[in-house]
Amino acid sequence: MGNILLLLIGLLFLVGVLVPFIYPVLKKRTGVVLSVLPLVIFIVLLLELLSIGSRESIILDSTWGFLSGMEFSYRLDGLSIIFGLLISGIGFLILLFSSYYMAKYDRQPHFYTYLTLFMGAMTGLVFADNLFVLFVFWELTSVASFFLIGFDHHLEKSRQASLQALLITAFGGLCLLFAIILTGNITGTYRISELINYSIHLGNHPHYYLILSLVLLAAITKSAQFPFHFWLPGAMQAPTPISAYLHSATMVNAGVFLLLRLYPVIGGTVAWKYLLILTGGITMFLGAFLSMGQRDLKRILAFTTISALGTMVLLIGIDTPNSIKAAIVFFIVHGLYKGGLFMIAGIIDKSTGSRDIYELNGLFRGIPVTAIAALLAVISMAGLPPMLGFVGKELVYEAQIQAPGISWIVLPLGVGANILMVAVSITVFYELFVFNKNKPATKFKYHERQFPVTFLAGAVLLAILGLGLGMSPRFLENILSNALYYIQGHSMEIKLRLWHGFNQVLMLSIFTIFCGVAIFLFRKPVNRVISTFINWLDRYHLPTLFTSVINYYIYLASKNTRRIQHGYHRFYLLTFFLVTIALISLQQFRITEVTLPESGFSPVKWHVALLLFIASLSVIFAVFAKTRLSAILAMGVIGYGIGMLYLFYGAVDLAITQFLVETIIMIVFVMVIYYLPRFAILSSKTSRIRDGIISIAVGAFVTLIVLKAQLIKPDSRVSDFFVENSYTLAHGKNIINTILIDFRSLDTLGEMVVITMAAAGVFSLFRFQIQRLKKKEEKKE
Amino acid sequence: MELIIAIFIGLMFSCGVYLILRRSIVKVILGIFVLSNAANLIIFLAGGITKSEVAFIPHGEQTLDPALINDPVAQVLVIKSIVIGLGIAAYILALKYRYFEVTGTHDLDSLKNTDQR
Repeated sequence: MGNILLLLIGLLFLVGVLVPFIYPVLKKRTGVVLSVLPLVIFIVLLLELLSIGSRESIILDSTWGFLSGMEFSYRLDGLSIIFGLLISGIGFLILLFSSYYMAKYDRQPHFYTYLTLFMGAMTGLVFADNLFVLFVFWELTSVASFFLIGFDHHLEKSRQASLQALLITAFGGLCLLFAIILTGNITGTYRISELINYSIHLGNHPHYYLILSLVLLAAITKSAQFPFHFWLPGAMQAPTPISAYLHSATMVNAGVFLLLRLYPVIGGTVAWKYLLILTGGITMFLGAFLSMGQRDLKRILAFTTISALGTMVLLIGIDTPNSIKAAIVFFIVHGLYKGGLFMIAGIIDKSTGSRDIYELNGLFRGIPVTAIAALLAVISMAGLPPMLGFVGKELVYEAQIQAPGISWIVLPLGVGANILMVAVSITVFYELFVFNKNKPATKFKYHERQFPVTFLAGAVLLAILGLGLGMSPRFLENILSNALYYIQGHSMEIKLRLWHGFNQVLMLSIFTIFCGVAIFLFRKPVNRVISTFINWLDRYHLPTLFTSVINYYIYLASKNTRRIQHGYHRFYLLTFFLVTIALISLQQFRITEVTLPESGFSPVKWHVALLLFIASLSVIFAVFAKTRLSAILAMGVIGYGIGMLYLFYGAVDLAITQFLVETIIMIVFVMVIYYLPRFAILSSKTSRIRDGIISIAVGAFVTLIVLKAQLIKPDSRVSDFFVENSYTLAHGKNIINTILIDFRSLDTLGEMVVITMAAAGVFSLFRFQIQRLKKKEEKKE
Repeated sequence: MELIIAIFIGLMFSCGVYLILRRSIVKVILGIFVLSNAANLIIFLAGGITKSEVAFIPHGEQTLDPALINDPVAQVLVIKSIVIGLGIAAYILALKYRYFEVTGTHDLDSLKNTDQR
């Protein structure tokens, strides 16, 4: 059974890549046809759900992987089945929904490709047993999200939002990779099912806090927790099916999934608890609070999503069996109603062309079935019976009351967030569907009966599912206890009931509803307070702050590049000389004394000294020469002088070569010189003085290095070999010649190649000119 | 004598560096010539200048006592260096000539970007 699942995930990827080829055949039916795949996955998982025992997990080994140690091993247990069911089930409905919603968009094949790939990655993510495989899928979901948020890439807002989401989630992904590598180094395994045995070892390791904070960073960036929450409202730039699927029901829950998955490995410590409670608590309340001040339906839903994710993180942080249970149930609840509500937002958008809840009015007339589905979803969001949302909220309250030691802060935050949720739920439903005489009636572009069934099916089915599960939550008991067994390590009996008698929790619920209705009634003053707060908050607007940080980074980088890569040839050289002098001086002259060679210097030959004096004069003359020709002549004096020097010291071949080469250079130079510009003093006096000082420093430095080099006596075995064997082996009496053309002839060949290349370079430089001249002549003719 | 040659090399380096730091292309070319000559001298000096025999095997003999001549490998290296210096000189001349012809300026500071005038 499990093997089929593996195959199906692979198939999702394959089909995703092939969509551009399938689309021209299927056209508008693409979405419907593709939806078969997630449906099959859903059915397979449903069968697993029914057959799996409460303490049973299936681990599928696969020998195939990207690399060794990165095998695709899969794991089916309660947690992954629950996530997988939601991903495939909602995925199925979303594909049906998209086939109508996206019908008028360009680039539909791209859309379906990204969506299908995302589905494969997300399914792979929840079933992966190998941490690296999990990481790869994790990053793939981020990438798919990037492309889908920026799907309307002609809008600057979309591009910006998608880049922001990518930067934040990919940053989290890198943290995750780092954590995985650290964990693997400590334990020697990357398999989650094996890592569980090392949890105590890991907990005591000095790197534990590093690993923990990296994993938490990965989770809170992906699940849009404070202070990284701001990418999620921005992600609402994506087409609505994407918001429904990626940014509420599935991808953003990956962080929650990661926390639950790694709970047995690194979870349960004091740091874990308090960090999660802190971020989760702030996010839960902030999300609910900010959702009150919004007008755009999708933005409202985005902020309530943030709040719900915060609730899940908080519950994981509370760390009691009840709270983990509540977190999983709340995940199911949230996926069902939020997926539905986003689809409803899509339907409203299509039928009226607006998403502003204060503009829309009395939608019940035009889209009654949607209105009923919306009512059910909103009841679930508010946590009222008989929906599953009620069960979920009761569990949340129970967990918050029982939170050890911190109940006094967690509970008021939780109740406050829920009160706001109730108020938002009522406000949204009231503004949208109840007819208000004071507002202009909405004009419908399409009525509900004009929509195909597939377009409405998603919202309706999810609402019915929420209702059905709310009436008989017992269905979830078995799989929940399985999930809990693999998260917390001990089994417990789970009883889920819609009605569980009068108790503290029920009183809290009644109080919540009462307060929520009160806020709804006084929503105008409340909204005013909240918008003042939001205005105040906008000064510290996080997305803007984020953008400006990124922009400043780019600005800094380009400024630095300009400073280093300024384009002035002489400053590159200047830098090079200074750095070289500094570094080599540090290395060579740490001991400051410059000792003379033991044997002393060889005796001064006065004729050579005179020669060098003349050459020195001509070098200096060359520097200050006023005309090109005199400079060249001075160069010649230097060249021939050096040749003479070679000659005086018995290097006959050198002298000959030097004279020859110097002559050629002179001739070439004189040939070219009149085509070259006249001398001109281009640089300022200060820069000339600066260059003078630097060049004198370089000269002094070179002199010192040369003198120091005299102290080293090189090993002469190689030279001695050449001298001794010149005649016997190479049959030549000129030792220099035999070395050049016999002993080291390959080097000489290399030298010839260099000369040939230089010649080819010169030729090609001049050929362009020849071609241009030819063209000019042709034109004249 | 080594001291004098070393100072001479230092002087050539000073002048060469000063020349290639100029903005005018002709001076840069001259600087490259001076530097390549100076570098050759360094290698030559490294081979030693204490002995003055020519590296020829005397007529009628099979071999030469290595103690009589300066290190021949250094001389070989200098020969190669001189020849490659010729290649560089020719190429640089051609390049700068073309540069001047294409851009119409001999000021290297106007070589900051790749766009043609």
